[in-house]
Amino acid sequence: MTTKTTTRITPAKGGVGESPLRPDGVPKLKGTFEYAQDLHADQMLWGATTRSPHPHARIVSIDVGPALAIGGVHAVLTADDVPGRATFGLEHPDQPVLASDEVRYWGEPVAIVAAEDEPTARLAAAAVRVEYEVLEPNVDGDEAERRDDTFRRMRIRRGDQEVQGEVVVDGYYEVGMQDQAPLGTEAGLAIPDGNGGVDLYATSQFVHVDQEQVVASLGLRPDQVRAHPTGIGGAFGAREDVNLHIHLCLLALYTGKPVKMVYQRSESFTGHVHRHPARMWYRHHANRDGTLIRVEARVVIDGGAYASTTAAVLANACYFSVGPYRCDSVSVDGVGVRTNNPPCGAMRGFGAVQVCFAHEAQMDKLATELGIHPLELRRMNALTTGDHMPTTGQLIETPLPTREVIDSLEAMPIMDDGPPDDVTQLPGGTGLTTEPGDVKRGVGYALGLKNLGFSEGFDDFAQARVRLTEEGAIVETAAIEVGQGLVSVLAQIARSGLGLSRAVVKHVDTSRIESAGSTSASRQTQVSGGATLEAATKLRQRILDAHGGDDLNDSGVWRGGELVVGIEELAEAGWEETVTFRHPPTYAPDEDGQGVVHADFAVAGHRAVVDVDPDLGLVKVHRVDTSQDVGRALNPESIRGQIEGGIMQGVGLAIMEELVIEGGVIKNPNFTDYLLPTILDAPDVEALLIEEDGSWGPFGAKGVGEPPTISSTAAVAAAIRDATGRPVTRVPVRPQDIAIG
Amino acid sequence: MGEGATALAGGTDLMVEVNFGHTRPENVVALRRVEELAQWEGGRIGAGVTWRRLERDGPRALAQAARTVGSPQIRNAGTLGGNVGTASPAGDGLPFLAAVDASIELASESGRRTLRWDDFFIGVKKTARRPDELISAIQLPEALPDRQEFAKIGVRNAMVIATVYCVVTRAEDGETRVALGSVAPTTIRARRAEELISSVASPGEEDLREFARLVSEEVTPITDHRSTEQYRRHSSGVLARRLLERCLR
Repeated sequence: MTTKTTTRITPAKGGVGESPLRPDGVPKLKGTFEYAQDLHADQMLWGATTRSPHPHARIVSIDVGPALAIGGVHAVLTADDVPGRATFGLEHPDQPVLASDEVRYWGEPVAIVAAEDEPTARLAAAAVRVEYEVLEPNVDGDEAERRDDTFRRMRIRRGDQEVQGEVVVDGYYEVGMQDQAPLGTEAGLAIPDGNGGVDLYATSQFVHVDQEQVVASLGLRPDQVRAHPTGIGGAFGAREDVNLHIHLCLLALYTGKPVKMVYQRSESFTGHVHRHPARMWYRHHANRDGTLIRVEARVVIDGGAYASTTAAVLANACYFSVGPYRCDSVSVDGVGVRTNNPPCGAMRGFGAVQVCFAHEAQMDKLATELGIHPLELRRMNALTTGDHMPTTGQLIETPLPTREVIDSLEAMPIMDDGPPDDVTQLPGGTGLTTEPGDVKRGVGYALGLKNLGFSEGFDDFAQARVRLTEEGAIVETAAIEVGQGLVSVLAQIARSGLGLSRAVVKHVDTSRIESAGSTSASRQTQVSGGATLEAATKLRQRILDAHGGDDLNDSGVWRGGELVVGIEELAEAGWEETVTFRHPPTYAPDEDGQGVVHADFAVAGHRAVVDVDPDLGLVKVHRVDTSQDVGRALNPESIRGQIEGGIMQGVGLAIMEELVIEGGVIKNPNFTDYLLPTILDAPDVEALLIEEDGSWGPFGAKGVGEPPTISSTAAVAAAIRDATGRPVTRVPVRPQDIAIG
Repeated sequence: MGEGATALAGGTDLMVEVNFGHTRPENVVALRRVEELAQWEGGRIGAGVTWRRLERDGPRALAQAARTVGSPQIRNAGTLGGNVGTASPAGDGLPFLAAVDASIELASESGRRTLRWDDFFIGVKKTARRPDELISAIQLPEALPDRQEFAKIGVRNAMVIATVYCVVTRAEDGETRVALGSVAPTTIRARRAEELISSVASPGEEDLREFARLVSEEVTPITDHRSTEQYRRHSSGVLARRLLERCLR
């Protein structure tokens, strides 16, 4: 079943296909945009959190007395003060709101305090006396697997399990723990409503699921808790799980006052989940002509102490473990282990990033073994519409222009201009370590595949409401703007659906609209965008029908070239339409991991050009060019923003971004030592957008947020291999991996 | 300085310590308005001179080092005196001071005294400064070597803490100095390598290789979350050799 897009684009200024100025752009540039960190309420208190200094310990006793004795402290709460469900969790509520008997990761919250100002709150949090019996942390994934201490095991078997290729390549790969490192840390404000309920304004990607978890742990009725979308300085998956949300509401209801919390940078690194570190074993079989015959993989990811989304990330890693290639014999075994390492969960790419690094290294290895150009090998095996997913066997019905991506990437001119003269643009940058003569240049390619929207039978829906008002059309939604441009694109969709040039997005709280689902899985443009388009087109039709009109534009309703109802009159009439949009259904896999598991797919390719100083192991990513399957580009400028940012995040994982964990403790929870690429590390980027009709998103649009991150890391790794001849089996690649091996 | 007082100049080290909760100073003496500290005359650089000024007007290798400190905002705030006072093994200004045998001037109610850099830096973040003393200036020698080169290895291309830091100077008579940071508890000089190469007028491939080997031998780095002992040892030699070659051009 291919859902064809039949909705026509009604001409309207600022509609789809344009790149209008973002409504939040100027305020963000001028520093006047209100982020969660800026929230304020009269008489508000400040909250702070007492955290475990041990990755694993038994709590012997907690003495809140010393904290309460500090002047200005209004409350110190522990697990005993949680009136409702003692635990929370996105998929399984296994994580204590506050630890009671045992702490299972470094930085786990044990107590929360509210005080009259921030320093006092932090002082009080530090004054809570917790006696621990320190236990040995379980940090070894293999041992956890042996004990069967796991969140999920995946088994995929497809096709003839006995076939062998004429050529076989093996590989073992590792991916370190990346952090989303959003520039805005976790922050929020909870305001008691005076009737036992509470309003929560906090950093989030999914306010409805926050609201449900607050309701459960506070033991309130659903109508007593309202979660409001608020200004977010970056998310990348880190804002899906609850962190300070329940704490803020507990403190606000206990003290009867508004309570605000802002995590410090170091606290933020323990206050949200990270990208799963992965270990992957691969065997690829191919025939001499390059046909991929069989792929065998084993994938182990470390979920850390609590479930978060580990089960879904593991599944995704396994489903996309082959990449965008046809293959009729596949065997994948995956496991997500439980340890006392930091909890891991959602991050841009959601499992596909880790396996992409591995499957692309394998494809390059195969290409070398066969003497075929890496792109040619990929083209020969390219997965496309009408093929079956190599892992799940799902028939791919929506457009998947893998060949077009490869062809266009190959056709992009490569500027072999040699290392730049400006030494700060060479490896080592301003450190002046490297001169042009020390540099070897390399080129690498990678392709990545990712699902769009939620999978495995999850009821994935979004509600949006379109209203006509004096301000023009208003799109009401609880879908979160995390910086990606939702506030632009939903307004554009509304304009093109209605045929009106004035439309704005207005965020409303959980009591005023149903869920939009999470701003994740590259899904909001398709799902909330789908709801917005359906609401806008229905509303247009209802208005035309009511007035017997044949056109609607900024002046009003027209019939036979004459204006019959003015726009002001329409606005006064209070027209509105609410739509809940669902994408094509998906289903849980069978015991062999087979089935219609995903709703849609997107493919992207990257070509990285790097300069490496092999003697010092330093890398400068010179440029990353990309071709990406976008379905229909609703806002080309926003898509380029996603592409450039996603590539930066991919470059970061390739050469520098890693949380260093020793015995369960994060050694670098700060921006001094958790290194994000700076503008001097940024590659030049050329991006091609591949458009094709046929996806079920509005006007055929596909989600675009994750693909830029998935294969950019693998492309940089491939380019480093090309420059140095080193195997590069681990990312981030460290200088010592290149210089010493 | 009074007892228990903490001096605050640019705050780029102190405030990090405060923000991390590592220190909670009772009394803070802010130095920004002490004009004398910002004075820079000849080889006497006031402790309050900022990286930004050093980046513009400092001797070549010190200016190159100053350019690598943090971001422009940090360079406008942070001072050389603060760098000396913190005495981090990775202090950006310290290898240059070690290479040219600079001295540290300390002032207190009982007067001023001057300590050579290797008497001043005594351990990881440890100096010979008495609690009542303030670092007032850094004294460079009258004549600085013509050829001086700096380099710093970090995992990213700007705003990074060094995993290896090196300054090489070479005077007209061939006297060569090699100072390294981040590879020992304090900034060090590779004296054996210096001795070997200072006496060679036109070093050849053999000399250069031996020079690099000696440098790698003389450093005593550790493995931590930023790098490994082996890498730091290896790249100390590579870097020192490259800088020497630049000096010889």
